Amino acid sequence: MSLRRTNQILGSSLVAFFLVVALTGLLWTPENPLAIHLQDKLMPPGPGHWLGTDEYGRDVLSRLMAAAGTSVSISTLTVLCSVFFGLILGALSGYCRGWVDRTIMLFTDTLLAFPSMLLALALLSIMGTNISGVIIALGLAYLPTVTRVVRGSVMSLREQDYIEASRLMGHPAGYTLLVHIIPNCLAPVIVIATSMFGSVLLTESALSFLGLGVPPPAPTWGNMLAGARPYMEQAVWLGIFPGLCISMTLLGINLFGDYVRDRFDPRMRGL
Amino acid sequence: MLRFMVARLLTAIPTLILVSITVFTMIRLVPGDPVTLMLGDNADQQVYDAMRHHLGLDQSIPTQMFLWFQALLHGDLGHSITTGEPVLQLVLHRFFVSAQLVLIAIAISAFIAVPLGMIAAWRQSSGFDLGVVITATMLMSIPTFWGGLMLLLFFGLKLGWLPVIGYVSIAQNFWSGLIYLIMPVASLVLHETGILVRMARASTLDVLRLDYITHARAKGLSDAAILTRHVARNAFGPTWTLLGLILGNLLGGVAVIETVFTIPGLGRLIVESIFGRDYPVLQGCLLFVAVTYVVVNLIIDLCYPLFDPRIKAQ
Repeated sequence: MSLRRTNQILGSSLVAFFLVVALTGLLWTPENPLAIHLQDKLMPPGPGHWLGTDEYGRDVLSRLMAAAGTSVSISTLTVLCSVFFGLILGALSGYCRGWVDRTIMLFTDTLLAFPSMLLALALLSIMGTNISGVIIALGLAYLPTVTRVVRGSVMSLREQDYIEASRLMGHPAGYTLLVHIIPNCLAPVIVIATSMFGSVLLTESALSFLGLGVPPPAPTWGNMLAGARPYMEQAVWLGIFPGLCISMTLLGINLFGDYVRDRFDPRMRGL
Repeated sequence: MLRFMVARLLTAIPTLILVSITVFTMIRLVPGDPVTLMLGDNADQQVYDAMRHHLGLDQSIPTQMFLWFQALLHGDLGHSITTGEPVLQLVLHRFFVSAQLVLIAIAISAFIAVPLGMIAAWRQSSGFDLGVVITATMLMSIPTFWGGLMLLLFFGLKLGWLPVIGYVSIAQNFWSGLIYLIMPVASLVLHETGILVRMARASTLDVLRLDYITHARAKGLSDAAILTRHVARNAFGPTWTLLGLILGNLLGGVAVIETVFTIPGLGRLIVESIFGRDYPVLQGCLLFVAVTYVVVNLIIDLCYPLFDPRIKAQ
């Protein structure tokens, strides 16, 4: 019991810390993350540059903060998009059944036949490598999962007596869906969305690492790691800090996700 | 049992057809004209038209799709724009490289993770359990490409024990091929073991709660007998399904680890074909990985009756 409490506190603190860093990074960084000072290149961590400088003399701390802003915004927008459209599609599919259900399921099943990273790569080659391309590609890649989860809960909910009552009272289907059904299937959606946030962040970093995500010079943790590769031996800090940021954020989200699941999904308790 | 297998096999056919149509459509949606790309901007109009005709791009989309399917069924995936190599040959060659990496990593992860997860669940809330869960959660939070870079930095650059970049095929030179595989495999194993341990532990906990386990205990069976004979088979189901998903996801995501260690695998080929706008190769890779993913999941499902007798009975 105490471990779960510790995990919950550690997870929430890590998530909160990186959210604050990300928000700060969007508004203010100690130095301009894009400003090049070649005379200061590859300076080790120390006063002035607390986390050192990179191969162009840019301040690593400022870049990490700006990158946190970018990564967290991309992940949040992606998750919001997937959840929004997933709720609509899943609710329609589970509530209307018939050909609507079959069409939507055909769509999700086809997308699910591709590994998500591969789907994201394929969609990125269509959208082009820029921030909105990354959001649309990742959002589409994760859409089927949300849709299926929502559909499952809607299908079991629509058989409940109070839904039948709402229908008999003459409420239009849209009203019943919005007021009675969707709020009741939010719990599994929150659980899915939390873990999705982690996978999206990881996939975005991986895409940026490959050079297919957010294009440089705009910093993300993934493209900072990619840029650090040639300098790994002489400038260890360039390879360590961005990776540490990704890992710590993911650890926070994973621990926080366990807590959210315990909270909203009693069947999973204690796992 | 036979009906289950036939039914499962039949469901894969429409999926495969849909996957092919999707890949065909996606590639047509990619902006840019492949002919301009091949010939350059200032090509002669006549040459341009001839090339379009040669590639079949002057036909209607349904005709193009029909011709593509026809070629597909003959195992013809077209030729690479950049090198002119047949796509199928290129893809198969690169696939072999990625497959050995991914399969070795998955096998090692499963061998470590499944017993660990089961023992942790059996000793729930003990010090061992806590240690396993904490380590697993930390491991799954380390992205493979960063884990790989850190291994590279430590064992390759600082200690100099293992080769830093390059790749030797196992088929060419077994021992030196194996040495080149150690770090890439280790980076994948670290991450996937974390995920698998948690899954194995969770599904074991689910099984341990069931009445027949209490019954087996009441009967006086030893811990080892209960775990190996009664728990293992039933708890393995979800982990087995996850193994299939991870295998497929790794085939799509192995590009990062291949980039870190400069391994010429399928993942690198996908990334290179996106950068080089080599559409036939990209199309071939997408189709190949998606089909492999469907087939792997099919095999995983077909293996279910081997350890879950309930499916056999149906």
